[in-house]
Amino acid sequence: MNHEIPLPQLQPKEYKSAIKPVWCPGCGDFGVLGSITKALAGLQIQPENVAIVSGIGCSSRMPTYLCTYGFHGVHGRALALATGLKTARPDLTVIATGGDGDGFSIGGNHFLHTCRRNPDMTYIVMDNQVYGMTKGQASPTTDPTWQHGKLTPAGTGINPFQPLAIALAAGANFIARCSSADSNGTARILMEAIRHPGFSMLQVLSPCVTFRPEQREWKNQLIAAPEERQRTADPAEAARLLLSDEGVYTGILFKGERPVYQPQTGTVSARIEAFDEEFRL
Amino acid sequence: MLQQSLSIALTGSGGSGVMTTGSLLLEVAAKAGWYGFMSRSAGPQIRGGEAAAVIRLASEPRESADDSFDLLLAIDPGSMARFMAEIPLRPDSLVVSDAEAGRRGGELPEIAAGVLDLPMLQLAKAIDGGRPNMVALGALARMLGLAEDPLRPVLERFLQNKGPAMLAASWACVQAGFAAAASLPAFTTPALDNVSVNERWSITGNEAAGLGALRGGIRFVAGYPITPATELLEWLAAALPKVGGVLVQAEDELASINQVIGASFGGTPALTATSGPGFALMSESIGLAVCAEVPAVIIDVMRCGPSTGIATKSEQSDLNIALNGLHGDAPHLVLAPASVTDCVFTTQWAVHLAESLQTATVVLSDQSLGQTRAIIRRPADSGFSAKRRVPERFEGDYYRYAADDSGVSPMSIPGQAGGQYTADGLEHNASGAPSSLPADHYAQLEKRERKIREFDYGQHWADLEGDGSTAVITWGSSSGPVREALARLRAQGKDVRLISLRLLAPERPLAMAAALQGVERLLVVEQSHSRQFHRYLRAAYDFTAEVRVFNRPGPLPFRPGEIMQRLSDWDREAVA
Repeated sequence: MNHEIPLPQLQPKEYKSAIKPVWCPGCGDFGVLGSITKALAGLQIQPENVAIVSGIGCSSRMPTYLCTYGFHGVHGRALALATGLKTARPDLTVIATGGDGDGFSIGGNHFLHTCRRNPDMTYIVMDNQVYGMTKGQASPTTDPTWQHGKLTPAGTGINPFQPLAIALAAGANFIARCSSADSNGTARILMEAIRHPGFSMLQVLSPCVTFRPEQREWKNQLIAAPEERQRTADPAEAARLLLSDEGVYTGILFKGERPVYQPQTGTVSARIEAFDEEFRL
Repeated sequence: MLQQSLSIALTGSGGSGVMTTGSLLLEVAAKAGWYGFMSRSAGPQIRGGEAAAVIRLASEPRESADDSFDLLLAIDPGSMARFMAEIPLRPDSLVVSDAEAGRRGGELPEIAAGVLDLPMLQLAKAIDGGRPNMVALGALARMLGLAEDPLRPVLERFLQNKGPAMLAASWACVQAGFAAAASLPAFTTPALDNVSVNERWSITGNEAAGLGALRGGIRFVAGYPITPATELLEWLAAALPKVGGVLVQAEDELASINQVIGASFGGTPALTATSGPGFALMSESIGLAVCAEVPAVIIDVMRCGPSTGIATKSEQSDLNIALNGLHGDAPHLVLAPASVTDCVFTTQWAVHLAESLQTATVVLSDQSLGQTRAIIRRPADSGFSAKRRVPERFEGDYYRYAADDSGVSPMSIPGQAGGQYTADGLEHNASGAPSSLPADHYAQLEKRERKIREFDYGQHWADLEGDGSTAVITWGSSSGPVREALARLRAQGKDVRLISLRLLAPERPLAMAAALQGVERLLVVEQSHSRQFHRYLRAAYDFTAEVRVFNRPGPLPFRPGEIMQRLSDWDREAVA
């Protein structure tokens, strides 16, 4: 036996809070909650060293269901808040969570610029192609012909947002697509995402069983990308895959080496009184 | 007896270098012992257009515009017309211009004393690489009784990266201007304070606010460029790394305020600076800081609004949005510095209050403070610093939002084991769990309001002077001219009280009642068209005195004489 005596291991359930989710029975987000707790336990990160940051929406309720530090902020601004936190506290593991409306519509600008800035954090978007909390409107990723949204009864008629291709173009450093139905597979990818430096973007297709019941079929439609096409560090190769796979490939579709944003903090070279010199006549 | 002062305006077309001339003149005068300031007036052009440097020199610290100008120097007369509303002249004011440049167009105002000619263009042309604004500098120095030699080191420092040829040409121009001014009148000047040169500073309001922020303990700043707050951010961008901090240029103001909230949640005192349009964008998230009880300092360097308004000029018209712009019941702090010097104190105090009370604190500066460079006495460090109440140990369950007596509940910092909680913009119970129960809503609303209402703000809530039965109540940059008006009246033996509010929210009813004790007439002075300050006062406080309002929108500043006139008119009416 070459095992050392193991320290008490944190189990996934020890990352869960006692609060019962507001989600509908069968919601894909339960699977993602499980993936997060499994990934954190897999990496054995102490709960007090993790911050989960979110905006508004069903999936943005995530921080409350974990017993890490959390911030449930305003609609669309999770990535900005998380960027401030990570910049000021690079020692923390920062994970932003949210939905497709929060991240790609109201928060679209922050999505672009967080990809560009490339801070060392992970973003999990639970994409269900619908606004669930406000009861069933079309989102940026909704198919243009979907006619069940009451604000767009004739369908949106406009192109769906392609989050991963856009993340790639904007500068994200790790890009993956996952299925909420594969909780363990998502957890494995999430562990790799957390470990990889820079901004890691996970699109987790997470069915809304209430407003998009047809999405229950996703688990049969999504297929793992061929192993040899995963983890490319070549943006051009990743782009070809992302623009041609019709959104059905899961796996790690880009794993780059782009420079990470982390300004140095905490190095003091001057006392406050030193600024007096600047103003003295 | 009031000390003597001189007010000087320099105008020129864009690129003519009036701001450079003004800055150098202020520096040379300051080194000779003058106090005073230089403010800027410019149009929206990035380059080009017209610009005016407005200078006041005085033998004592002075932060108000005077009633009129003693000297107007126009490098080219064509630049003057658009500034005449901002540069009131007297019949005996001196106007200096360039006859040659004048022939190219532009009209000079009717001045009894006539216009004095200074051939700036011709003198500059005679020098290889010479520029008229440097001729103006030399001439102005002589008219103000300054010596020629001290101009040299100031010029050397300013041109240190421009090479010896540029310095030689500029110095030759300054000397030519100095010599030419022998034919111009010179002002008689007062005795000056050239003793305490080491204790005197040259600083802008934006820099002063930045310094106050650092003294208070700010170590994270996020911001988005916006006039006239940009220089505040730029100063902090260079200064923060020296004290272990960082500034992030965000993608927009929505990101700025949320980055600030994130950094502060992580335990780092954090600030953003913006102007009206950016502040409006931030308002939803400022409410988040209030609800989630995260310290955050927001400096609004106000400009003329609404909308884009006049981006380069000052107005006190963001008071309404600062006080009332958050949705829901969102008690927070609103402070305002009363002078360039006070930007240091008020911003430092704002950091202390935001951190002590775990809430959003708005500082209302404005363009006329932020972009004015003043010669002041070194502002002492008030010692106010960021002292957040953080739990030392965790016994049993941690209740982040426990509504204890003061309302300020210990705030754990990520990394503290046992202190995990979710900060939330959803209403929540004492543990932080989302709650829609009426009792939790009431308890948390009450907690957030009580903590700022019950806090002891000491004497800093307002500057109070005098104890006459007439009082002037004002705030922010309008305090300068009011203070000077009341000082002049005091010199005439008339005691008029000053109430200059530094803490606009929360209200201080007991302190205000005491300040108003015995006041029969109250004049409200504010720079807004819709009388925002007056409406606020009416809503927040009870007045037994008769109240009148002297309000005016920006960008024209109040002048001390106008305020004196209002008070004496009121006197005359009362007698009649």
